[in-house]
Amino acid sequence: MTSPAYAIAKDNDGRSIWRFLISELRPKGKWLTPFNIISIPIILLGLGLIVIRFAQGIGSVTNLTQETPWGIWIGFDVVTGVAFAGGAYVLTFMVYILKMNKYHSIVRITVLNGFLAYVFYAGALLLDLGRPWNVINPIIGNSFGTSSVLFLVAWHFMLYMLAELIEFSPAIAEWLGARRAHKVLSGMTIAAVIFGITLSTLHQSGLGALYLMAKDKIHPLWYSEFIPVLFLVSSIFAGLSMVIFEGTISHKVFSDQISKENHQAGKGILHGLSKICAGAMFAYFFLQLLVFIHGKNWNLLNTPMGYWFLLEMIGFVLIPMLLFFYSYRTNNIFMIRLAAILTMLGIILNRLNVTVIGFRWDAAIHYIPTWMEIVVTLAVIFTEIWIFRWIINRMPVLRESPKWANELK
Amino acid sequence: MSLDRRNFFKTIGIAGIAIAGIQSAKASSTEESKIEFRGMLYDSARCVGCQECERACALAHDLPEPQDEVKVGVVRKTSETQRCVINNYNTSKGEVFVRNQCMHCNEPACAAACLTQAMYKTKEGPVIWRGDKCMGCRYCMVSCPFDVPKFEYHSANPKIQKCDMCYDRIVKGEKPSCAEACPGEAIVFGTRRELIAEARKRMAESPGTYVDQIYGENVAGGTGYLYLSTAPFNEVGFNPKIQNSSYPALSKGFLYSVPTVFVLLPTLLLGIHEATKNNQPKDEEND
Repeated sequence: MTSPAYAIAKDNDGRSIWRFLISELRPKGKWLTPFNIISIPIILLGLGLIVIRFAQGIGSVTNLTQETPWGIWIGFDVVTGVAFAGGAYVLTFMVYILKMNKYHSIVRITVLNGFLAYVFYAGALLLDLGRPWNVINPIIGNSFGTSSVLFLVAWHFMLYMLAELIEFSPAIAEWLGARRAHKVLSGMTIAAVIFGITLSTLHQSGLGALYLMAKDKIHPLWYSEFIPVLFLVSSIFAGLSMVIFEGTISHKVFSDQISKENHQAGKGILHGLSKICAGAMFAYFFLQLLVFIHGKNWNLLNTPMGYWFLLEMIGFVLIPMLLFFYSYRTNNIFMIRLAAILTMLGIILNRLNVTVIGFRWDAAIHYIPTWMEIVVTLAVIFTEIWIFRWIINRMPVLRESPKWANELK
Repeated sequence: MSLDRRNFFKTIGIAGIAIAGIQSAKASSTEESKIEFRGMLYDSARCVGCQECERACALAHDLPEPQDEVKVGVVRKTSETQRCVINNYNTSKGEVFVRNQCMHCNEPACAAACLTQAMYKTKEGPVIWRGDKCMGCRYCMVSCPFDVPKFEYHSANPKIQKCDMCYDRIVKGEKPSCAEACPGEAIVFGTRRELIAEARKRMAESPGTYVDQIYGENVAGGTGYLYLSTAPFNEVGFNPKIQNSSYPALSKGFLYSVPTVFVLLPTLLLGIHEATKNNQPKDEEND
């Protein structure tokens, strides 16, 4: 941002930028909310575990083995977390490329959600790196492993975070009262959106492509050469279900920030999203069916893993898809939310089935995460929510932009 | 470990040398193309399970000397403290010793997976691990069909442990320490081509002794480590699921689609953006 100081002086009662920032750092509102009481001890415990992990090695807090080198820190935090962050690229596509203005009011919060998800869940990757001090190697170019899918994914994560930061930056400029920066940054939005959608297409599928070489290790019901396509298509409704879920909570928790107009538009938005989810899920279900038939794995269906597969496909893809269709026809908001939650569970199930549960399903000792891995994961999620809340309480994310920002356009 | 000034200059320097090096590499490329992949041939008919190779390996790589003895039917595994193991399998052809270590694939999945080229297929043939590049992501372990790379989970400065075919000795013109230690020529070192010829010769000279297959000739796209076995390979610990074609080829299709998507998708998006631009009333045209 280019020297916003003078604008701040104007917009924030003549206070200097530092005083303004320090005053903003202070918590707003009550301290002892139920969320804080649960999250603070978990975050502190998680921090302690992270210290142990760096002092004594990854094995001191995780159950990872030589056969299962990636656990829930990758399978859940990164692979599942990034799928849920897919809402940002889908919504920016709808609003900025297709000009579906109906969804404009939720773009900012979705982009913020996506950005923080990438920062935290891709950041959680650092915890899983055995030699994190070498993480600069693939960035600064003294060692480009260009044949690696992970190289592509890592670069795309970084570039996409930048794209999302640019997409979100007008809100920061409005918070700081930086008018000139606001104008420049708003002008970059469309380029960031196009760049961001392209990056998302490639790394959402890339996360699936990571597992292509593990052909003999993943259960055949979940392994196919189409994993990248399946991951990409499922990230569409995974992201949108997250938008529905997060919107439901935000509308309750931050209801004082949302204008009456947007409150009323909320139903229409949910309605529209449920239609898109239903369509995307139909395509996904059909693809899964084709892949299954193509794989000739009928005999595997009548095994415990086969029932597990059917549960995922019917219970958490087909049923929520029908629920989305039904609620879209009947305009039932409760059903939309239920369908979104079922869909999200289905995505968690699917990503874990590929990365953890179906990975080395035949091993003598199967990897089961330790309580410490789960606590660290929860600590990451809670910290993200803390930052999310901090930003929403300060920047115009849910609330309307200041008047000057609209006048500039 | 932060990037201090000295390291920074070193990096810059290396980058400079690398650029300058491209020229000299071109000049010497004709010379390099004469270098063939080196490999090892293991012959189960000659192995007596004495574990001399295990001890030599531990000594050569600063690892603890193996304490457990080879027992019939007990499958020992390589680990972060043991780069190679000999096992005794109870097979349809009686007890058979088989060694297990890195296969040094011609097209290694681990090296294709590595985003820093820490896992690296050298022009001499060995697949080596380079600690100064590795960031410990363990994607090589996920990708390796033979489950070879082992990670030191209980270290704050963990290393990947795997057989490197004693690369430092090979460069000096010496044999790998296991091949040197083996008293019965059960482990032979040479160029991959020579070894395949040698394996064929042994099969022809003693008909009926060996299974009619050189394991490693085709598996996983060909490996540097080759095996002759007196018992069928699926009875002596080899994973029958491993395919004959190369593993990096599995993600090739995806990687090849990347440039296409990167060029065409933004073009398409920009096109739609332009096409939908005029659809709305003037006052809403923003962002």
